[in-house]
Amino acid sequence: MSATTTGAARGTRRRGIPSLSSLSSGNLGSVLERNMRVIRNQNWVILVSGFFEPVLYLLAMGLGMGALVGSVTGPGGRPVEYAAYIAPALLATSAMNGAIYDSTWNVFFKLRLSKLYQSMLQTSLGPLDVALGEILMALFRGLLYALGFLGVIAVLGLVTSWWALLMVPAAVLIAFGFAALGMGVTSYLTTFQQMDLINFVLLPMFLFSATLYPIGVYPEWIQWLIMGMPLWHGVELMRQLSVGHFDGLTWVHSLYFVGMTVLGLALTTLRLRKLFLR
Amino acid sequence: MTEVDSTRLVYSGDGPDHGDMAVRARRSGVWFYAETVLRGMRAFALPILLYAVAQPVLYLVALGVGLGELVDRGTGPVGGVDYLVFVAPALLVSTVVMSVSAEMTFPVMSGFKWNRLYYGPVASPLEPSQIALGHFTAVMLRFLLQGLVFWLVMLAFGAAPAGWVQSVLVVPIGMLAAAAFGAPLQAYAATLDDGFQFSLIQRFVVMPMFLFSGTFFPLAAMPPYLHWIGWISPVWHGTELARWASYGADLSWGMTALHLTFLLGCTAVGIWFSVRTYTRRLRS
Amino acid sequence: MPGVISARGLRKTYGDVAAVDGIDFEVEAGESFGLLGPNGAGKSTTMRMIGGTLDRTGGELEVLGMDPGSERPQVRAHLGVVPQQDNLDEELRVRENLVMYGRYFGMSRSVLAAKADELLAFAQLEAKAREKVVNLSGGMKRRLTIARGLVNEPRILLLDEPTTGLDPQARHVLWDRLFRLKETGTTLVVTTHFMDEAEQLCDRLIVVDHGRIMAQGSPGQLIREHSTREVLELRFGSARNAAVVQQLKGVGERNEVLPDRILVYARDGEAALEEVAARGLHPVTSLVRRSSLEDVFLRLTGRSLID
Repeated sequence: MSATTTGAARGTRRRGIPSLSSLSSGNLGSVLERNMRVIRNQNWVILVSGFFEPVLYLLAMGLGMGALVGSVTGPGGRPVEYAAYIAPALLATSAMNGAIYDSTWNVFFKLRLSKLYQSMLQTSLGPLDVALGEILMALFRGLLYALGFLGVIAVLGLVTSWWALLMVPAAVLIAFGFAALGMGVTSYLTTFQQMDLINFVLLPMFLFSATLYPIGVYPEWIQWLIMGMPLWHGVELMRQLSVGHFDGLTWVHSLYFVGMTVLGLALTTLRLRKLFLR
Repeated sequence: MTEVDSTRLVYSGDGPDHGDMAVRARRSGVWFYAETVLRGMRAFALPILLYAVAQPVLYLVALGVGLGELVDRGTGPVGGVDYLVFVAPALLVSTVVMSVSAEMTFPVMSGFKWNRLYYGPVASPLEPSQIALGHFTAVMLRFLLQGLVFWLVMLAFGAAPAGWVQSVLVVPIGMLAAAAFGAPLQAYAATLDDGFQFSLIQRFVVMPMFLFSGTFFPLAAMPPYLHWIGWISPVWHGTELARWASYGADLSWGMTALHLTFLLGCTAVGIWFSVRTYTRRLRS
Repeated sequence: MPGVISARGLRKTYGDVAAVDGIDFEVEAGESFGLLGPNGAGKSTTMRMIGGTLDRTGGELEVLGMDPGSERPQVRAHLGVVPQQDNLDEELRVRENLVMYGRYFGMSRSVLAAKADELLAFAQLEAKAREKVVNLSGGMKRRLTIARGLVNEPRILLLDEPTTGLDPQARHVLWDRLFRLKETGTTLVVTTHFMDEAEQLCDRLIVVDHGRIMAQGSPGQLIREHSTREVLELRFGSARNAAVVQQLKGVGERNEVLPDRILVYARDGEAALEEVAARGLHPVTSLVRRSSLEDVFLRLTGRSLID
C-alpha cells in the first residue's frame, strides 16, 4: 500500500468520542460463554485454592497477632477483637488481588502472547464486549470467593450485624474498580519486567492501607496520601459494612469505586480500540 | 561486510584443544552455567533491585513500626525486644524464601520446557548435574545481594542491636533457609511438564509457611495443633537462627545444631534429587 | 584413514518400541554424511546418541575413538551441535549467546571476543550483535545456532534438520554457509527429510525408515541403483488415476500410483509420454523430470518422505 492511501485512510477516521455501536456489538454473551468454558476446562483445584489465601491470613493474623495485640478501635470508636478488625480488610484485599491478577497477568498473556483479543476483534465483537467479558469473569470469581469468605468469618463468630451481607456486593464493586483500571493499565505494558512492577504497587498498598493496623500511627501527610489510594477506601467501606456503621464517608468510599470503574472501563475500551482497530 | 576466513573459523589455534576443553568444563562447569543465569537476570535487574531495596523498607515501616505500635499497646515487647527488632530478622528470612519460590519454579520450567534453555548447554561439555548446580548457585548469589541489602536496611532502622559483626550472620542464614526450601523445590519443578502446580505451591505451601512460621508472632502464640507447621518449615528454623544473630535471642547449642541440621539436610536432599532429575530428564 | 564415527548394531529402545533398530554406518573424516528419512525414522535419536546426550540401549558407537556413552564431556568437547529445535538462550543477546556458549567449553573471554565477531560475520549477523534473540527471523536464528555450534572449532558438526521450517530463500543462504564449512574439511553429519537438501549437501547418505537402514551410498549411486533416469508424472484427476493405471501397463519400466498422480519410471520420459498419447490417454497435466531421492525412498518403502 502506498503512503498516500494510508494517509487518506487515516484522515477519514472519525475523531472524538466514539459511538457506542462502534465499541460494542451487543454480543457480550458470546464472550462470557467462552470465558465460562475456560473456567470449566480449568483445573478446579486452582479455582478453589484462590479462596484459601484470605482465610489463611485471617487464621494466622487473627489467632497469632490477635494474641499480641488484643482488641483495637473499630468503626464508630467501638473496640473490636483484632480478628474482627482485619477480616473485612482481608476481604477487600483479596477482592483487589483477585481482580488485579485476572485483569493484569491473565490479560497480558492474552494480549501479548496468545493474541486472543486480536482474533476476537477480527469478528463482529467490539472492544467494549471483550473488555467487559474479561472483567465480568474476574467479578464472577470474586463473587464466589467473597461468599466463601463471608461464610468462614460467620462460622468463626466474627460477624455481628446483618449489614455484613452487604460485604459481598461491596467486594464485587471493589473488584470491578480494580479490574477495569488494571486491564487499562496492562494494555500499556509490553514486557514481563514492567509487569513485575504491578506487584510493586500492590505491596505497599496492602501494607499501608489500614489493613492490619490503623493509619493513625503515621504523620498526617502520609495519612492523606494513603487516603488517596483505592485500597484504603475498600478497606474502610468493608469495615463499616461489617458492623453496620454508616456515615457520610460510606458514600465517599462507594463513589470512589464507581468512579474508578467508569474511568477504568473507558480507558480499557479506548486502548483496545487503539491497539487492534485501526 | 567482513570477508570470513573459513579456515580460521574451524581451526584458529587460539583456543584450548578439545581435550583441555573437557577438563576445564569438568572443573568449572557449575560457574560457567551460573554466569549464564546471572546474565539472564540482568534483564530483570531493575525489578530485582527495586524489590531488594524497597521490600525491606516497606515491610519494616509497615509491620515493624505500624503494626508494632499496636503490639506495644497490647502485650508490649515480644521476646524482650521491640516488635520491630523482633520481626525484622524473620522478615529477612521470609522474603528471601518467598523469592526463592519464584526463582526455582518458572525459570526451571523455562529451562526444560518453554524456552528449552537447558538443552543448549547440555550439548556442550557441561553435564546435567552442573546445569542443576549452576542454576542453584546463581540464585543463591542473588540472595547474597538481597540479604545484604536487607541487613543494611535493618542496621539503618536500628533493628539489629547485636552489632554488625554478629548480625551480618543473618545474610548467610537467610541464604541457607532459601537453599533449604529452594533445592527441593528445584528438584520438584524439574519433574513437571506444565506450571499449573506452581500457583498451588504458592497458595498451599509458601503462603502458609510465611504466615505460620513464627514470623509475625512466636509459635507459642498459636494453638499447639498448628505448631507442626513451624517445625517442618525452613522459614521457622531460619528465623530462630536469625533472631539469635540479629538481637541475641535465646538459643541453646542443641537447638542451634537442630536448626542447622534441618536446613542443611533439606538442602542436601534437594540438591541430590535435582541432580538426579536433571540428569535423567536431560538424557532421555 | 579410520572413520570419525562408527556405529555397529546401534540400538535405542523406549519400552517395546525401537526408535533405532540396529544400524551400522561409518563416517569418514572430512565427508558430508547424511541421514535421510521421514519424521520419526530415528534420525534425531541417532544424532543425540552420537552427541553424547542420550544413552544407547545396545550396539557399539565410537566418536573419534571415544565412547559417547561413557566419555560424554570429552566427546562433546569435539562436537558442534545444531539441534532440530533452536534452543538459543532467549534471555541473552545475540552476541552473548556465542560468548556464553564458548564459556561452556572453558574458552577464555579474550579468545571469545574475537571468535564471536568472526562467527557473527560468518552467520551474516554482524548488524544484530546487540539484538534480542526473539527479534531474529527463523533463518537468522538458525544461522546463529550454527555459528554457536562452531564456537569450539569442532571436528564434527551435527546438523539435525538444518532447514526445516525455513522459506526457500533462507534455505539457500543457509546451504551456502554450510558449503563453505564443507570446503574447510569439517566433517558434517546432516539429518533431513528433504531430498533436495540431501542431494545438495551430502557426499554419502543412509536412507533410514523405522529405525533401520534401507540403503546407503552417494545420491547419484542410490538413484542409479533404485530408480530410472527419468520420471513421467501424470495427473488424470484424483477420481480417474487408479482406473487409468491398468491401461498404462508396459509403458516405462514400472509405475507407482499416488493419490494425486501416477509416476511412470522410464529411461526416456518423453518417449513414455508419446506412448501414453498413442494409447489414446489424455492426462490433465504431465511432467517429465529427473529421478530424485524421493523416488528412491518411494521405491524402498512404498511411502513418501513427507506425509
